[in-house]
Parts: sequence; C-alpha cells; structure tokens
Amino acid sequence: MRRSSFTFSLVVFVVLAPLCATPLFAARVGDLTEASYTTQFFRFLTFSDPSLRYALVGVVLLGLSCGLLGSFIVVRKMALMGDALSHAVLPGVAAGFLWNTSKDPVAILIGATIAGMLGTATVNAITRTTRIKEDAALGLVLASFFGAGLCLQSMIQQLPTGNKSGLDKFMFGQAAAIGRDDVALMALVTLGAVGLVAALYKELLVTSFDQDFARSAGVPTRWVHHALMLLLAMTIVISLQAVGVVLVSAMLITPAAAAYLLTDRLHRMLMLAAAFGVAAGVAGAFVSFVGRNLPTGPLMVLAASAIFTLAFFFAPRHGVLARWWRQRATAGRTQRENTLKAIFHVWEQNQSANGGIGFPALAARRRISLEAARKEVKSLVRHGMVTVHGQMFSFTPAGHWRAAEIVRNHRLWELYLTNRVNIAPDHVHDDAEKIEHVLGDELVRQLERRLDHASVDPHGRAIPSPQEIYRHAGLRDEAKGRK
Amino acid sequence: MNGLVPIFDARNIFVMPWTDGRSVFGTIMAMGFLVTAACGLIGNYLILRRMALMGDAVSHSVLPGLVIAFLATGSRGTGAMMLGALLAGVATTIIVETIHRKTRVKQDAAIGVTFTTLFALGVVLVSVYSSQVDLDAECVLYGEIGLMGPIQGWLDWPTPLVRMLVVVVLLGGVIGLFYKELLVSSFDPGLARSLGVNPVFVHYGLMVTLSVVVVSSFEAVGSILVVAMLILPGATASLLTNRLPQVHILSLVHAALSAVGGVHLALALNCQIGPAMVVMGAFLFVLAWVFGTRDGLIARWCRRRPLVHGTRTANG
Repeated sequence: MRRSSFTFSLVVFVVLAPLCATPLFAARVGDLTEASYTTQFFRFLTFSDPSLRYALVGVVLLGLSCGLLGSFIVVRKMALMGDALSHAVLPGVAAGFLWNTSKDPVAILIGATIAGMLGTATVNAITRTTRIKEDAALGLVLASFFGAGLCLQSMIQQLPTGNKSGLDKFMFGQAAAIGRDDVALMALVTLGAVGLVAALYKELLVTSFDQDFARSAGVPTRWVHHALMLLLAMTIVISLQAVGVVLVSAMLITPAAAAYLLTDRLHRMLMLAAAFGVAAGVAGAFVSFVGRNLPTGPLMVLAASAIFTLAFFFAPRHGVLARWWRQRATAGRTQRENTLKAIFHVWEQNQSANGGIGFPALAARRRISLEAARKEVKSLVRHGMVTVHGQMFSFTPAGHWRAAEIVRNHRLWELYLTNRVNIAPDHVHDDAEKIEHVLGDELVRQLERRLDHASVDPHGRAIPSPQEIYRHAGLRDEAKGRK
Repeated sequence: MNGLVPIFDARNIFVMPWTDGRSVFGTIMAMGFLVTAACGLIGNYLILRRMALMGDAVSHSVLPGLVIAFLATGSRGTGAMMLGALLAGVATTIIVETIHRKTRVKQDAAIGVTFTTLFALGVVLVSVYSSQVDLDAECVLYGEIGLMGPIQGWLDWPTPLVRMLVVVVLLGGVIGLFYKELLVSSFDPGLARSLGVNPVFVHYGLMVTLSVVVVSSFEAVGSILVVAMLILPGATASLLTNRLPQVHILSLVHAALSAVGGVHLALALNCQIGPAMVVMGAFLFVLAWVFGTRDGLIARWCRRRPLVHGTRTANG
C-alpha cells in the first residue's frame, strides 16, 4: 500500500506540474458556443483550453479521492451516510459564502466541513438518544439540512452581490467553472485522502470488517471513524463544483460498488474504485464539453453507472452472468450425475448382462422419454463417462468410478441419518438426493469410519465399497485423472 | 452580512398573511399542509418498515419518469405524470431488489447507485429537451409552492391544490381500508404472512402509493424536500407516542404547524417558502426531541438522575 500511495501522489504531481507552469488566461468553456462538435472534440484531445485543463485535473482529483473514500463507506455499509453528508454540507457552503460574500474556496470548504460534521453528529445523537432508526435519522438530517441550506441560499440570492455568487452551480455542478484556486484545494484534499488511507490502511481495514476485533486489538475505532468522516466531508465539498450537491453521493458509492463486484481484496478495490472514479469523471467532463449546455455532474454519474452496469453483468466472479453460468454448470453436473446413478442402478440389477445397458431400461428407470434418455447419454459421452455401441452403452472406467461414488455417497448418507441421527428410513432419501453431489472425499472417509464401514444401507442395498469400485472401474489413477 | 435578514416587521409577518394576503398565502398554507400531510401519512409506514431511504430513492427517481411522460405525451396532464411516476417508482424498487439480491452489493449501496443514476438521467433529459419540457432545475430543487395562484372564489381553486386534496382523501381512504394489513405487516411480517397478507403485495402497494404521493408533491416542493416531508412528521410523532393512530394524528398536527409556521418564517427571512416549511418542521422535531415527555432529552436526563443518586448511596 505504501508503494501505491506513492504512485498516487506521483500521479497527482505529474498532472499538476505543467499546469502551474502555463500562463493563465482563458475563455470559459461556456463562451465557445459557436464551435462545432469536431472542433470541440479536437480541443478536448489537445488540451488547448486552459479552463478545460483545470476542469480535467479537477475531475481526475475528485474521482481519485471519491473512489478511495467511497470504497470504505461501501464496505462499512454506510453508503447512505455519504448521501446524507453530501446534502448536509449545503448550509455550510452558503455560510462559507457569507463569510466574506465571495466564492472563497477555503471559506466554503471550512463552512461545509463543519456543517457536514454537524450533520453526522446529529444522526449519531438521534439514533443514540431516541428510538428513531438510522435510516429515518439519515433521511431526516439530509432533508432538514438541505432545506436550511436552500433557505440561506435564497436569502443570499437577494443580496446585491448574491446574484453573481454562482451558488446555483453547486446544485448540479459545472466542471468548467473550476479555477486555479479550486484545483489547488482539490489537490490538497486528495493528498489528505491518499495520506490518510496510506497511513491508516491497516486500521481502516480492520475497523471496516471486524469492529470487535479492532477494538480488542487496541485500534481507536472511534477516532478512525471520525477521521474518515472528516475527510469524507472535505472530499464531498471539493467535488461539489464539478458534480453538484445532489449527486456527489453517486461518485462516492457507484465506482466503489463496481469495484466491490470485481475483487475481494480491499487494496485492489481501492485502486479499482479510484480508477473508475477518474474514468467516470473524465468521460463526464468530455461529454459535457463536447455536447454544450449539459451539466457535468449528471453526466459523470451516468458514466459511473455505466461502469457499474458492466461490472454488474460481467464481473468474473460476482457478476450476474458469472453466477448464472455457475448455476447452469452445477445444474448440468447434477443432472449428469443423476443419469450416472440411474445407469448404475440398472447395471446393479443385472450385472450378469455383460453387453451393456439399453436406452429403454435407462428411460424406464429415470421415468423419462426414450428421446430424453438418448440426450442424457449423449451428454455423458461428451464428458467421457459412457461409451455407446449400437443400441447399447456401457460405463467407461471413469464413469463407473463416479457413478459408484455417487451411489455410495447417497447410501452412506441415508445410513448415517438413520443410524446416527435417528431419522426414519423412509424420510432420508430426499436429503441424500441433494447431498450426494457435494460430499467430499474427506467427509466420506469420516462417515465410513463412524458407520464402522457398514456395507448395507437402511433399505437393504449394498453400499458400493471402495474395493468394489476398484474392481469394476479397473484403473484407479486413470479414473481419478479423468474425473 | 448586512441586509441578509430583512428588518423585523411584525405586521407583515404575522398579520398580513391572515388579512390582505389571505387568498395568496391561504392557498400556500393549505397546499403545504396537504403535501406534508400526504407525505407524513405514508412516511409513517416507511419509518416503521425501515424503508425511509426508499422514500429518498423514489422521490429522486420519479424525475426521469416525469420527463419521459412529458416527452411521450407532450402534455403536463395528471394522468401521464402519474403513470410516468408510477413506472419510475416500481422500476426503482425492482432495480434495487435485483442488485442486492443478485450480487453481493448491500441494500444501502444498491439504493444509492439506483436513485442517483435515475436522477442523473432525469437531469440530463431535462437539459437536453429543455425547450420541450416545462421543467427546470430550480423546480426540481425548490418546487413552486410560492408560485401557486390564489383561490379566486368559493369553488375556483388552483388545480394543484385540488389534485393534492384528492390525493390526500384517497390516501386516507387507502390507509383506512388496509389499516389492519399495513399495521400487521409493518410490525410482524411473520404474523402477517400467517394471516394471509402477502408481504410482496403490501411492499409494492406501498411503493406505488408512495410514487403517487411523491409525484403530486413534486410540483410544490421539488424532489429533495419531499424527503423531509416524508420523514419529519412521522419521526416527530414517534418521539411523542408509540400508538399508531396517535402517530397519524400527531403527524397531521405537525404538517399543519410546519405549513403555517413555514409561511411566516419565509416572510420573516424573505426566503423560499418550501425550504422554510422544512426548516419549521425540523424545528418542531427538535422541540419534540428536547422537550418530549417520553423520549425527550430533558425527560431522559431527569429520569437518569435519581438512578445515579441511588447508585451512589448504595455504594456509599
């Protein structure tokens, strides 16, 4: 983590350095109303517009810090605390503006951070001293603070200087309005966020996943929480200009939620979330720059949502498609094993018939049509469990091995439930139907030991013993290898 | 700092709304009461079922529903608006459920992702089709309760007021009709199921009703202040009593007080009326929190003191 934090700071400085060197004069992005889409596109790619450069650096910084801190609020199940906090800073923004009736970024940052901390404190006080639950407390604080902020703001707009305050830009954000001072402040807060995560990584990790353990290990969980909240409030404030009050929470939650779907390790999640935040920010700024008159904030949010949607469907382990595929694979395997079991039963009943088993016998056993039986056998052939010759088919060694295993699992479990758990013999079949597919070797050994290597199940049928499987399946190694 | 708060003028603040400005401010107060009452009544159930933040989510995500309904029908008709909001509300519920059921993302994050996406979509649609959609960012944020026309005559009321009145009456009817089902399923889902109340049906019914209430309040107070209207009355009432019928009555009282108080506050501070009503409601909540006889901070403090004293004597 130390190394990656170093990388982060490096990125921040590399991005910032050329900016400070360039002379500063700029038409606002909004002034370029006559330019065509292609010109705008070209201007975007060549960074020829200084105000665009600020905007871009700004969204990169905010994407970074939102992704980092957002990861923690997502794994701590405090996502909606981010939402409440982002609305609660509004009265602070207005108060910061009133400080010297100008849009001084530092005054606004201080005012908004205080308001945000006051909001969190109020949520805590309400949940601690009343029966009101956290969700209602969050909603209550969110909307009340926001209402107070709107009141203040509408009062400010009636001041002689208020009309030019640009406070309305804080609602939906306008990246183009980001100036040099704003970028400097954003860089400072981002450094703070990166520094906090780097310095307290272990503490943050352990308090996020196991509060009790953290406390017993002597981690000051309260202080870690407060530090996180403080930086969260500051991050929200620096993001306001680009994303707006209403949608900041999305930049905290959405990239982090997408990253959460992609990895199980916190440090990887942090990097992914930061990368997604930056990507969403740049994409939003780009579209808002090329297509004029579009608010930046909502576009950045939509870009982040697009990333989340991709992760939702295509994440390798936790995505919907992966899950669906896994379920299908399991269902297919279960069905094949059920067919194997039925073939084993048929084979068991007339072991003398050496020529193999006919499809009608299998169909009758499985209570399915002849057509379906042929299909199931075909699937087994594909998996090397069975070979077909003419109208008959027979096990391959591997198939025989697996079939015997399934039947053994089934009967062993039935016996265990009957003898050790004292369940009536006619009630054990359904349970065994399920568990036969998942019993592992180790558990089977233990069951056999507990049952004194019994050889007959509660219904009087033989439990295929390992020796028997040996004898019929022939080569053990070959069978194991092909399983 | 000077000139932020206008000079205190008692006549303008306390007398004017009830005399000369009665027709204008009377309408606003009535509308404020109806909006807060409708939101408060349904909000009580959201609070009970710990779904307060679904209220937040639905109130944001009706926006794209509204815009798409405008674009599709080209009118601001009540029917199209209701339909758009209903679809958006149900879509939100389904998406949230899907995300947190199908993946490891928790419900809170799922809510956060869903409603911000839909709201962002709504805002982008508003700005792309700004010439065709009779909606702007201001309206979304503040609502237009201050811009309602006055009551002209005995039966000549502004349309939003009439619509809101119908919604409140219908909502009262629905709650009265399904009171038992709502009560049981909110407090004891297991018992409700055994009594034959389908929890899924109640859940979606509540969400649909919520969407209707939110969309009819939308025009008056915008999409964020609605959250305050949904939660504040019920939260305040629940500090004072724990009987559901009394909670309903108290939240109506809260609605009336915050509507009337809000208008006066807005006149005193010369600020927007919708936000002022929310501030008034929050003030009432704080009053109940501090002075409430059951759970109030002072009552708790008084109750704890003798205990501390008793412990001390027992030890000494």
